[in-house]
Amino acid sequence: MKRSDIALWAAALILAPTLWPSAGRAGTAADDYQNYCAQCHGTMGTGQGINETAGGLSVSPRSHINAEEMSKLSDEDLRLGIAEGGDALQKSGLMPPWGKTLSSENIDELVIYLRKLCKCVGKQ
Amino acid sequence: MRIRWIEAPAALIGGVLLMVSAIAEVAALDGKALIEERCAACHDLTGPAPATFEGLLKRKAPDLFYAGSKFKRSWLVGWLRNPTPIRPSGVMFLNHIVVEGGKDRIAADTLKTCQANLDREEAEAAADHLMTLVDASMKTGVIDPAKKFSTPKGRRLFTKQLPCIACHTAKFGKRTMGGISGPDLTKAGKRLNPDWVYARIADPQYWDPMTWMPKIEMSHRKRELLTLLIGSME
Ligand code: HEC
Ligand code: HEC
Ligand code: HEC
Repeated sequence: MKRSDIALWAAALILAPTLWPSAGRAGTAADDYQNYCAQCHGTMGTGQGINETAGGLSVSPRSHINAEEMSKLSDEDLRLGIAEGGDALQKSGLMPPWGKTLSSENIDELVIYLRKLCKCVGKQ
Repeated sequence: MRIRWIEAPAALIGGVLLMVSAIAEVAALDGKALIEERCAACHDLTGPAPATFEGLLKRKAPDLFYAGSKFKRSWLVGWLRNPTPIRPSGVMFLNHIVVEGGKDRIAADTLKTCQANLDREEAEAAADHLMTLVDASMKTGVIDPAKKFSTPKGRRLFTKQLPCIACHTAKFGKRTMGGISGPDLTKAGKRLNPDWVYARIADPQYWDPMTWMPKIEMSHRKRELLTLLIGSME
């Protein structure tokens, strides 16, 4: 995601309520995030996806724009959590494993995408 | 040819019967034609399912090209006469989201229901044809719906050990709970063929390559338990 894209999301956040913009998403990781992750983590990465706001989750999904929380996790933690689910990090099993759905390249790209969302670097 | 007095009425009755059956044949609805005319504008009847994100966003209605593997005929006949909502977030949730203060919600007024609304005869004919649209490679006879299972164990698997409840609404006792990004399963037992449910859980992407339900590895025993639990949801 380019900086201008982040500005676009931020603008959408401020100009709310807005319809989810269905045009202008370029990268695969951005598409994957919307398709697979946004249902729980939210289209803006705030942790407020439809399953959460509908009251369907007993444990709240991580906010991916929270730099403080996200910087506590290493890139390897992220990779493991995405591939094997919450269980692998002793977190809630409501975070599904995606390793049988997405390729390891897809997951690597998602990790880069998450770092752009939080504007943070991982624990080394 | 001379017809004797006893043969005349018999010939007459026979002729009438022939005519009646010929009329019935003409009047019997052609389910295939009906579906192609009135359903194909929204539903894919031939496959394959969308393989790209763009295709996924454009899909108007659930795929029906494996309807005969997926549904129970009895459910189809009833539902097609009076379609009720199944997917609380629509066919693709991203097409129905409103964001307010960083929180997503479904704009309920943008959801569309199925336009089938058939009469009894049409529903029977449509169901007959839909039941012929099967996936030939799906294993059948895998699940014995009468098999006894532990509801508490099934519920624990569905709500705690695995993330099913995060995306699916289900009813346990009097309590309805769960997420909304997947189909509502509260009446799934009436609707879905257990062998298909088993196969759908085993490999969601086989049926729908871009589906946002994850493929999760588990033992046959666990998948069977989930299938029996879902089968009991009516
Ligand atoms: C079904 C809902 C759901 C979906 C879909 C989902 N997540 Fe999560 N995720 C959660 C929940 C709930 C948590 C919080 C777990 C906890 O804190 O115990 C979480 C936590 C996380 C974490 C933090 C892990 C940690 O150790 O704190 C990351 C990273 C993450 N998810 C990434 C993703 C990505 C990337 C996707 C899409 C490929 C995704 N999630 C899809 C529910 C979901
Ligand atoms: C205007 C578009 C439209 C037309 C025309 C239409 N449908 Fe639908 N149909 C839908 C939508 C949208 C859904 C999903 C409803 C839901 O999940 O709540 C649906 C759902 C269904 C389902 C359930 C599918 C599933 O996987 O859950 C069946 C079966 C079905 N339709 C049959 C038919 C038949 C048969 C016809 C023609 C007589 C028809 N539909 C005409 C839009 C349409
Ligand atoms: C991240 C969200 C998510 C999770 C987690 C999830 N599902 Fe699904 N599920 C879906 C979606 C999306 C569909 C298909 C949507 C469609 O057909 O329109 C689906 C479809 C289904 C169906 C077919 C229902 C129908 O009416 O077509 C069954 C059965 C099912 N899931 C069971 C499960 C089980 C059991 C689990 C736990 C092992 C599970 N799901 C986990 C999202 C999810």
